[in-house]
Amino acid sequence: MSNAAQSAAQEEIDLTGANQVIDKYQDMHGSLMPVLQGIQEHYGFIPEPTVHLVAERLNVYTSQIYGVLTFYAQFHLKPRGKYIVRVCMGTACHVKGATRIGDTLTEQLGIGHAETTEDLKFTAEYVACIGACGMAPVIMVNEATYGSMSVQKMVEVIDKYKAME
Amino acid sequence: MAANAEIIKVLICQGTGGMASGAAAVAEAFTEEFAKQGVEASVGKRCEVVGTGCRGLCANDVLVDIVLPGQTAVTYDFVTPEMVPQIVTEHVLGNEPVAKKVAGEYYTQFLAKQQRIIFSRCGTVNAESLDDFLAHQGFTGIKKAVTMKPAEVIDEVKRSGLRGRGGGGFPTGVKWSFCAASPGDEKYLICNADEGDPGAFMDRSVLEGDPYGLIEGMMIGAYAIGCKFAYVYVRAEYPLAIKRLQLAIDTCYAKGILGENCMGLGFQLDMRIKAGAGAFVCGEETALMASIEGHRGMSRPRPPFPAVRGLWGKPTNINNVETFANVSYIFYNGADWYASIGTEGTKGTKIFALTGKVKHTGLVEVPAGTTMKEVIYDVCGGILNNRKFKAVQAGGPSGGCLPAEALDAQVDYDSLIKAGAMMGSGGLVVMDETTCMVDIARFFLNFTRAESCGKCIPCRIGLKIMLEILERITHGEGQEGDLELLEDMAYDIKKSSLCGLGQTAPNPVLSTLRYFRHEYEAHIKEKRCPSNSCKPLLKFEVVDGACKKCGLCFRVCPVDAVRWEKGQLAVIDKEKCTQCTSCYDACRFMAIE
Repeated sequence: MSNAAQSAAQEEIDLTGANQVIDKYQDMHGSLMPVLQGIQEHYGFIPEPTVHLVAERLNVYTSQIYGVLTFYAQFHLKPRGKYIVRVCMGTACHVKGATRIGDTLTEQLGIGHAETTEDLKFTAEYVACIGACGMAPVIMVNEATYGSMSVQKMVEVIDKYKAME
Repeated sequence: MAANAEIIKVLICQGTGGMASGAAAVAEAFTEEFAKQGVEASVGKRCEVVGTGCRGLCANDVLVDIVLPGQTAVTYDFVTPEMVPQIVTEHVLGNEPVAKKVAGEYYTQFLAKQQRIIFSRCGTVNAESLDDFLAHQGFTGIKKAVTMKPAEVIDEVKRSGLRGRGGGGFPTGVKWSFCAASPGDEKYLICNADEGDPGAFMDRSVLEGDPYGLIEGMMIGAYAIGCKFAYVYVRAEYPLAIKRLQLAIDTCYAKGILGENCMGLGFQLDMRIKAGAGAFVCGEETALMASIEGHRGMSRPRPPFPAVRGLWGKPTNINNVETFANVSYIFYNGADWYASIGTEGTKGTKIFALTGKVKHTGLVEVPAGTTMKEVIYDVCGGILNNRKFKAVQAGGPSGGCLPAEALDAQVDYDSLIKAGAMMGSGGLVVMDETTCMVDIARFFLNFTRAESCGKCIPCRIGLKIMLEILERITHGEGQEGDLELLEDMAYDIKKSSLCGLGQTAPNPVLSTLRYFRHEYEAHIKEKRCPSNSCKPLLKFEVVDGACKKCGLCFRVCPVDAVRWEKGQLAVIDKEKCTQCTSCYDACRFMAIE
């Protein structure tokens, strides 16, 4: 973990948001995953103190929560970058050269799958199919989708986001 | 469209594919242009911009249909906001379609061999409008179903011959009867919308384009089986699908269609969406139920089957999105009608997602029994860049690769299994001569290995070892005996794994070994990749005889490592080359090795 990420994780965090999420789902059958999803939506990742809070309030073991958190690809235990670059590695994208798109990302930003840049600006994620196979190879930066990627186009897209705040 | 004779309609595809290509901007441009030119006032008709579901031809998004009163729709493809003023002026006001921008002959061909039943509402109705749904047969199926006894409903589904569209192909009516026969009042209905197969996106399209149709199918199922609670398990990677379905469910509650007394028809059904969190194995039914219960999504041995002991220990019935969508249409038009479509063993239509090196990628709905050749060549226009066809991968990571010789196989459950693939969820990835089959096998194993839940040893460790062997081969370090070992392990893993993931994961290896053994052997014995695709085996040199001196490689190289002048042989500067393989992909003549 980078220094910046570490200090962010150790900061005191406000648990009000987490408590509100738990209030909302507490009485539901099978509430653990919706609670964790809600917490992640609020904080952008799952901060450690919230895990203990969930354990106490839902009456489940911490180990069980970590079991769930580490099983599913969409839960994150570390802070993530401002821009999440998702490189699709589905079959259609693979056949059309997704590997070199991923390699270009690593060359340009120095990060591979599930890694975040030191300045918390970019997080790279290799995902298995975002369902836009018609435009393979595809990447997503946060909500925006970019299709028919080439090495050149990838460099341009990254430069565009580098120049942004 | 006759009912809306006096309305000018602009239908814009707003599925994920369309949105990614800028459909929102196009829709806005139409609305603006109508206001700016005062179209409504000058033609005296109301203009409506309608966001529809996906219409299939995702490669040519954004697709726009202009429907003038009393005329058939005219389709435009590759529409950008800049084209909108011209279309409005010439077509809507002048009644003269912009010939240059209208989708070409290929669009007619794309539709010719298709039979769009499940997709009949996708692309024509507003996906978010209950009124539009009601105007297109909406909820007439459930009304018909409640006039029968639950057992008769199940018989009707049995008679239609519908088989589960999730991949296994188990007869749906039989499955329902198991759960209906289980004792107890508390039963659950689950719709499996965890469409994880890379290269398949038909479920997403149904969720986005016809969410009410899915709800209706589930209502029929719940009535027949006697379930009071239903879950739709949607993968989290589909935010738009979740949004549209949630909207549809909320609307249904507000109108009394769902709840204590559904539509006043005398049965109770509550429905809730459960968003997944990124785990492929959760498409397996026992893992899916574990995930809903809030556990790690790990599968468990069957029996007991979910119909006996499922979600929270209660009898549970699980079907796929496309299956439920089919159910609605069976009740609109009757089981006999449904059974008249398709082949002996597979009734109805099947939706396929065509991707990869094919000209017109997208979603295709054909009657079961159409041949693979018709789907790839007639519907989707053949191979991109006129390259040579090599294989089609059917059924995702659980399926197999079929070579040109097997293209006459019909697309139904039994023919595909006989050919060495499977229907799976219906993803078809087309590959040309530049795709290495060993690399494809490695790719799929890498996927299934990463997605294995880790509970049973054959899957967790066996797949890892198989992957290591394949990685060695693609790195040019293959040894004598590797292929025999791969086959041996593949059969063992298939036999001894706990759930469908492990039981089918070796299929890509077995099918490529069956049809493309020579490619494996070239990697092992000659340390050569016949498709020029495995990076460690590439020399990054231009072949003198094959190079047509066109300069394409020169143009695509991102680091200017290719030296070329008109009429001269291209030369790759190895000092500058970053081995990104862009030139391999661009070269039409396989002239770089």
